[in-house]
Amino acid sequence: MAAKGDWLVGELERRGVTRREFAAFCSTVAGILMLPRSAGAELAQAMATGRKPTLVWLEFQDCAGNTESFLRAARPSAADILLDTLSVDYHETIMAAAGHQAEAVLQDTVSGQSGQYLVVVEGSIPTGANGAYCTIGGRSALDIVREVCGSAQATIAVGTCAAFGGIPAAAPNPTGALSVADAVPGIRNLINLPACPANAANLAALVVYFVTYGRWPPLDGLRRPLFAYGKTIHDNCERRAHYDAGQYVELWGDEGHRKGYCLYKVGCKGPVCFQNCPEVGWNEGTNWPVGCGHPCLGCAEPDFWDKMTPFYAHLDGFPGFNRQTHIDKVGAWGTLGVAAAFGAHALIQIARRRGTGDAQDDSAETGETS
Amino acid sequence: MTHIVVDPVTRIEGHLRIEAEVENGSVQNAWSSATMFRGIELILRGRDPRDAWAFAQRICGVCTTVHAIASIRAVEDAIGAEPPPNARLLRQIIMATQMIQDHVVHFYHLHALDWVDIVSALSADPAATARLAQSISDWPLSSAVYFRGVQERVQTFVDRGQLGPFGNAYWGHPSYRLPPEANLLAVAHYLEALDWQREVVKIHAILGGKNPHLQNFLVGGMASPVDPNEQASINVGSIAQMKSLAADALEFVTKVYMPDLMAIASFYTDWAAIGGGVGNYMSYGEYPEGEAPNAPMFLPSGIIRNRDLANVLPLDPGLITESVTHSWYEDRDGAPLHPFQGETNPSYTGPAPPYDRLDTEGKYSWLKSPRYDGAPMEVGPLARMLVAYGRGHPRVQELVGSVLSQLGVGPEVLFSTLGRVAARGIETQLLAERLDGWIDELAENMGRGDLRIADNSKWDPSSWPREATGAGMHEAPRGSLGHWVHIRDGSIANYQCIVPSTWNAGPRDGQGQPGPYEAALLGTPVADLEQPIEILRTVHSFDPCIACGVHVLDGRGNLRAKVKVL
Repeated sequence: MAAKGDWLVGELERRGVTRREFAAFCSTVAGILMLPRSAGAELAQAMATGRKPTLVWLEFQDCAGNTESFLRAARPSAADILLDTLSVDYHETIMAAAGHQAEAVLQDTVSGQSGQYLVVVEGSIPTGANGAYCTIGGRSALDIVREVCGSAQATIAVGTCAAFGGIPAAAPNPTGALSVADAVPGIRNLINLPACPANAANLAALVVYFVTYGRWPPLDGLRRPLFAYGKTIHDNCERRAHYDAGQYVELWGDEGHRKGYCLYKVGCKGPVCFQNCPEVGWNEGTNWPVGCGHPCLGCAEPDFWDKMTPFYAHLDGFPGFNRQTHIDKVGAWGTLGVAAAFGAHALIQIARRRGTGDAQDDSAETGETS
Repeated sequence: MTHIVVDPVTRIEGHLRIEAEVENGSVQNAWSSATMFRGIELILRGRDPRDAWAFAQRICGVCTTVHAIASIRAVEDAIGAEPPPNARLLRQIIMATQMIQDHVVHFYHLHALDWVDIVSALSADPAATARLAQSISDWPLSSAVYFRGVQERVQTFVDRGQLGPFGNAYWGHPSYRLPPEANLLAVAHYLEALDWQREVVKIHAILGGKNPHLQNFLVGGMASPVDPNEQASINVGSIAQMKSLAADALEFVTKVYMPDLMAIASFYTDWAAIGGGVGNYMSYGEYPEGEAPNAPMFLPSGIIRNRDLANVLPLDPGLITESVTHSWYEDRDGAPLHPFQGETNPSYTGPAPPYDRLDTEGKYSWLKSPRYDGAPMEVGPLARMLVAYGRGHPRVQELVGSVLSQLGVGPEVLFSTLGRVAARGIETQLLAERLDGWIDELAENMGRGDLRIADNSKWDPSSWPREATGAGMHEAPRGSLGHWVHIRDGSIANYQCIVPSTWNAGPRDGQGQPGPYEAALLGTPVADLEQPIEILRTVHSFDPCIACGVHVLDGRGNLRAKVKVL
């Protein structure tokens, strides 16, 4: 049996990853987390030692998009090492066990490791029809989430459905779908990792942060980690210079579209959406939605299915930016006042963050991992 | 007679429950129940039809392109938008990439553990594994050193005492038949395929910004600009990247997936006589090879009744009906209705959770029971390959013939659990071979100076008729998918989907005819009632995607507008 602490380094070497490459990987993660480069060494040390924390992944009213995103998690060669950093004991989409054997795993975790395991919740929780809109093993989602999250050390609500209700909660919310925060009020150490789906890079970084420090990163007022949701899409958009120069895409495939002009007039919600897509990119930095030529949908914000739609109607100018551009109306709907609402929302978020800085629970300090 | 329950059925998308009666070691009766519902069609009502694809896309994050494709096709059909050639080719590349990635992930990560015993791999001889690997393929990762490394990695994992997702499974079950060397080979490729699937979907990221839920869909075309000479467009660099990724995908499918499939299948040929099911197959056809409405499809459409491959019938969508006799809906007179002619009144009459048993004599699923001309239909890779085979698709006939001759069996074995597994592999091979050609066609078309990506003439809703209906059909990885939209005054009056997993996983109809899952499970052997791995084998062979199947319900029970079937 491998000595404790050696297993990771041993595995890395077997997989052709040198210590130096691993250190570089940890520096990359530290970069996503906006930590000083020196934090990389600390991350590497923490990841190579200790028992793997247990994680259970619950799926309720979901599309498995966050699970799929999680499966895309990758930084050079160390990607599945990062997965091995955790013991993912329950995850319906990938686990080998089924039926009552699967449910037994979950029960063993809840009763045997009470207060010590992590939970990821994907999907919203329906409250209509007395819970019959989502049952697993004959139990309602609400019943399961209360029990499992109630005994957890921490809960990560991954994706906009778990974080804010998402698409099942969009008007008219036929099933009474709720976010984790609303379904289980008061659970400790809840982290929201919204977006549709959440970016694998951010989930990986969040997990590494926790494994390293035994606590959670600072959060904004919506319980989102600042390292991934601290700035708007617009702040760091590669097309920002075109916005500032008043160069816009007018029609699909026109010269401006081909040249990468700003997508503001065709509905981009980047100015009112907090997420790090432009810096981190998707699929190992291959691209991102605005990069491919489509407007941002604002998918990391609460109620975006209602408040950011129609998706192709443009915002009508918003406070907080140094340039107010009058945009002529596009399409039959014109603007819907979402801009004002979201401009205000953005300022509130900024103010909240300035005021509180760190919204994490004090109980996070108990988050020892060994 | 023993009643057993498998809930949750894991390694699928969504929430599925199987109840079965087992007597004398085989399944005598089975019931398939979907246990989650969201009501996305209801959420779509009143919204901008140009937004619908993004909502519909969230029906499923596994087959993350298929509902977006069906949605934009339905809206385009309604408003008369005509996507230009570049848009068609961008869609071909996206659809084929989805199918290839989805099928490989299904084989290794969702289905393989029903056939492959990971624990047994620990006792394999790495040198013998290398000999086995080299005897079936020239894939370079095949040395004894390599397999020893994989084995040690798994051993380390096991020694740590935290089995994670592999805990509490059916390891050691007598129906696992692979020798340790084959198990080790499969475990190595399970891990390789995890890396591979991340790579191949970069084609989606190049075109659509990200995967899952790529974001370049657009009513009337696609939102990815093309221009060989522009940095911010799909340009020659993007073409080169995609061609390279497509070549890697073809190599993996040819040298890893297909040889593994054949090697594993050779130990389980008895499963070619198990899991046949309803014997009726349907395909809408896919991959139009031109812009004309009647352009030939790379994969043809058709209907097969009672396993009659010699007589593939033309498809008539007007013959589709749905029954709710055993679904949690009010059932006015028990007659099956055309899906767009009735009202849908959800009425949960099942047991209050927590429950142990469903009322399988009454209503027991959130899925309806779609029927074609009154008959249940299986859809998916097997249906598509059978229709193509019956219609004389030369490459499909060649690939099917090659698989059958390697296994030493005749075409009758295709109607089975193993047939589904084989058909999925054949289809993956077929599309991986074709993908590069579509990328070339895109490069050639934009090289000729055609930079159009969308029909902008129909973008503004003022160009639309006041009232319009449209249908969008698509062959998704799991089978025939249809979206129907009714637009009034520029917004969605009604939206309907009939989805592959509704066809396959639906409950009994008013005539008592079981759905394809239920029919396929009849006669399935179950050696150990506590470990019904055989049930998983047959259900997984369909690649269940239950969230897809269950969004179709109207959670409010409101009267729905009629939609004309096109």
